[in-house]
Amino acid sequence: MKRKLIAVTFIAILILIAATGCKSEGKQTLSILNYDIYMDKSLLSEFEKANNVTIKYDTYSTPEEMYIKVKSGASKYDLIISGEYMIERLIREKLINKLNFDNIPNYKYIGEDFKNHVYDPDNEYSVPYFWGTLGILYNKKTVDASSDSWAMLWDESHAQKIIMMDSQRDSFAAALKLLGYSINTVDEKELDEAKDLLIQQRPLVMAYITDGAPDIMINEEADMALVWSGEAVSAMAENENLDFVIPKEGSNIWIDAMVVPANSENQEMAERFIDFLCSTEATLRNINEVWYSTVHTEAIKLVDEELLNNPAFNIPKEDIDKMEMLRDPKEFIGLYTERWTELMAQ
Amino acid sequence: MKDRTKYFAYPYVVWIFIFIALPAFLVLLYSVTTKESNGLTTIHFTWENFKNFFQPLYLNILWDSIYLAAISTIICLMLGYPAAYIISKAHISKRNTLLFMCILPMWMNMLLRTYAWMTILGNNGILNNIFAFLGLPKVNMLYTRGATIMGMVYNFIPFMILPIYTALSKMDKAVLEAADDLGANKRTKFIKVILPLSMPGVISGIIMVFMPAVSTFIIPQLLGGNKSMMIGNLVEKLFILNGDWNFGSAISIVMMVIILLSMSIMNKFDVDKEGGARLW
Amino acid sequence: MVRKYLSKIYMGIIFIFLYAPIVVLAVFSFNESKSRGHWTGFSLRWYIELFHDQDIRMAFYYTITIAIITAIVSTILGTIAAIGINAMKGRQKALILNVNYLPVVNPDIVTGISLMILYISFNMDFGFNTMLISHIVFSIPYVILSILPKLKQLDVHMTEAAMDLGATPMYALRKVIIPEIKPGIVTGFLMAFTLSIDDFIISYFTKGEGVTNLSIIIYSMARRGVRPTINALSTIMLTVVLLLMILINKRANGHDKSKKTNRSEV
Repeated sequence: MKRKLIAVTFIAILILIAATGCKSEGKQTLSILNYDIYMDKSLLSEFEKANNVTIKYDTYSTPEEMYIKVKSGASKYDLIISGEYMIERLIREKLINKLNFDNIPNYKYIGEDFKNHVYDPDNEYSVPYFWGTLGILYNKKTVDASSDSWAMLWDESHAQKIIMMDSQRDSFAAALKLLGYSINTVDEKELDEAKDLLIQQRPLVMAYITDGAPDIMINEEADMALVWSGEAVSAMAENENLDFVIPKEGSNIWIDAMVVPANSENQEMAERFIDFLCSTEATLRNINEVWYSTVHTEAIKLVDEELLNNPAFNIPKEDIDKMEMLRDPKEFIGLYTERWTELMAQ
Repeated sequence: MKDRTKYFAYPYVVWIFIFIALPAFLVLLYSVTTKESNGLTTIHFTWENFKNFFQPLYLNILWDSIYLAAISTIICLMLGYPAAYIISKAHISKRNTLLFMCILPMWMNMLLRTYAWMTILGNNGILNNIFAFLGLPKVNMLYTRGATIMGMVYNFIPFMILPIYTALSKMDKAVLEAADDLGANKRTKFIKVILPLSMPGVISGIIMVFMPAVSTFIIPQLLGGNKSMMIGNLVEKLFILNGDWNFGSAISIVMMVIILLSMSIMNKFDVDKEGGARLW
Repeated sequence: MVRKYLSKIYMGIIFIFLYAPIVVLAVFSFNESKSRGHWTGFSLRWYIELFHDQDIRMAFYYTITIAIITAIVSTILGTIAAIGINAMKGRQKALILNVNYLPVVNPDIVTGISLMILYISFNMDFGFNTMLISHIVFSIPYVILSILPKLKQLDVHMTEAAMDLGATPMYALRKVIIPEIKPGIVTGFLMAFTLSIDDFIISYFTKGEGVTNLSIIIYSMARRGVRPTINALSTIMLTVVLLLMILINKRANGHDKSKKTNRSEV
């Protein structure tokens, strides 16, 4: 009996040691969840030093993944950066808090174009971070982009040289736009048509990958890729044969914004960090890291001429007019997921 | 003494209950309930998740994973058996070194090993550069099913060589000599004596290669470019992206059953096992 | 004679297959440019970049810390459990052994998601603790499986003799049992350590709060494309493993030349 007791206590102590082994010493912590490669990391340590906090920084690769993390409550975050249609969903499901804009004086720098959008109509929950679009990154040496159309991605002369995204909403967006439909359609017939188009494209596709396309394009291992605009900017900076086109059928315009989850234990610090990221200096440093288009009215005046001439960064007005914002499909999300699984399992 | 030392296992019994049995039970629970279930208060039981899985769409994925894993296992066996045989026949001074060289890559991070092939197979990778140097045309290798199979063979072949070698080296020399004395030629000796005696090793090898191969999701993702979805990819997607844990759990249960079944079938042939896996 | 050459050539081909990727990784870690196919000149650039990479440094720290704690805890727990299980009989023993076997035979992905569901059901915060516990969970069975055969070989009479001579059970454990099963314990410790360092899938499902390990970092880097910094990292890791293995082998050979090393358990 005694031995049993000793063994049990021994193990209890061990577990206790393991569990408490690495608690930080009473410092405040700020947990951040952001896309992969979407921030100049040196900003984190700077903010840590200035405010005496410890930042825990997690990343994810698609908004769907972010939603599951937040919804399941696996980790508690104080600040999340994500896409507008997921923010719309988070607001609807009451998973994020209203912000106290008194703590975010730098909000004044956010351009009016990026406020009052449908996902957060009264600008209560979110502060825009970057924005961008979806388009085709292609190699000028091998691809003729004169058609200026999503049909380029279905061009059989580039079989096995086309890269698509492993992200259902984005890949569907390309097909839906080519068909002339809304990227938010919940019409099963339209979605089936888009699915068939994507199935038809499958033999031409080299790979379905997220984040990996710029590297492959820089190495000229593929002819074109469906990418987000910032990926195009970064790739074009490293290989001058690359160019970016936003097809004439129109595309998706997205805004990524910063929000504070409802279960945040440190909202004030999160708001201070949002304010810090909205400063002109931090924004400029982030632009040089992520290469997406900025929402900052002062920073845009200070970026390089070369960047301003790049249509993937300074997206032309006539293209923007043809763009559509993704919406939260609510209960219809299954329509996309089902078809996507069907496509991937071909 | 012996009776009392038994108590030493009790803390671990508690541990097993919390961290092995309970999670397995939770997966089972998720697999037979609906998404709307909320905690233990409002549970709705259903077979829908399993029914859902037995649609052609998902069965195709399952079938394809089994197919890819089986091909990789066969290739591993065909490449690994001769290697194990040669090692077991090698001079005793060399044997350990040869074996060590077979195991060493296994000690390197699996993701790194997979990643290594990305640099080799790419359209502008090492192999294609060598082809270009020899005046041969470029070949699309990365992001194909071939690349996926190769990645599996590369990652798991040590698991095949090792148990076969163990079985071969444990073989009773007297039996072999008896075969010689009875006039068996080399071929008959191999087919009638060596091969059957090495079967336990072959079977362990098959299990140890097939199991990780059928459930992998990294290799089809990194080397296959997500073009052939395997059952592991599906489970990962359901948990990480779609948040459909109930369906994901059902598939996990199917995977578990398949593996436990194949283990128990394999165990029927395996005379060398002790205690452990008998219940399965 | 021909046979001998054939087998030499065959082993040569197998080793080329096994080592070519590793050699390529190592060689290109010293390449000057990012190019993956062309050699443009020698440089240590990627090693310097590696050491400046905060993420990799943190991941390295977590990987090693978790591996060490995992190895220690699971060796202690596993040894105690193995001694207890060895003393058990009949169905009770079979049942425990079989449940213990579950993490070994289950696909990693199933172990990963089942632990993830467990933590979520108990509202645990994902992070260091969840990852550590998961590693201990899947390591202990291997420790037990490497110690049990040694316990079976143990001469029961020896412990009894010790106690007849006045040794307390604890004393007998310390002075008789533990020294006898030490090779099994060492094997178990090393296995727990390497399993923990190498794990990706289970960590992937139980990570959180900024805690990642090297495997996860490599995964996210590899998804983005080929990075020479990973080459540098893998070269360093391989060198360390190589040195460790040689050291262990030397030690094992020096210790008992007559006994066979415990390869079969690996």
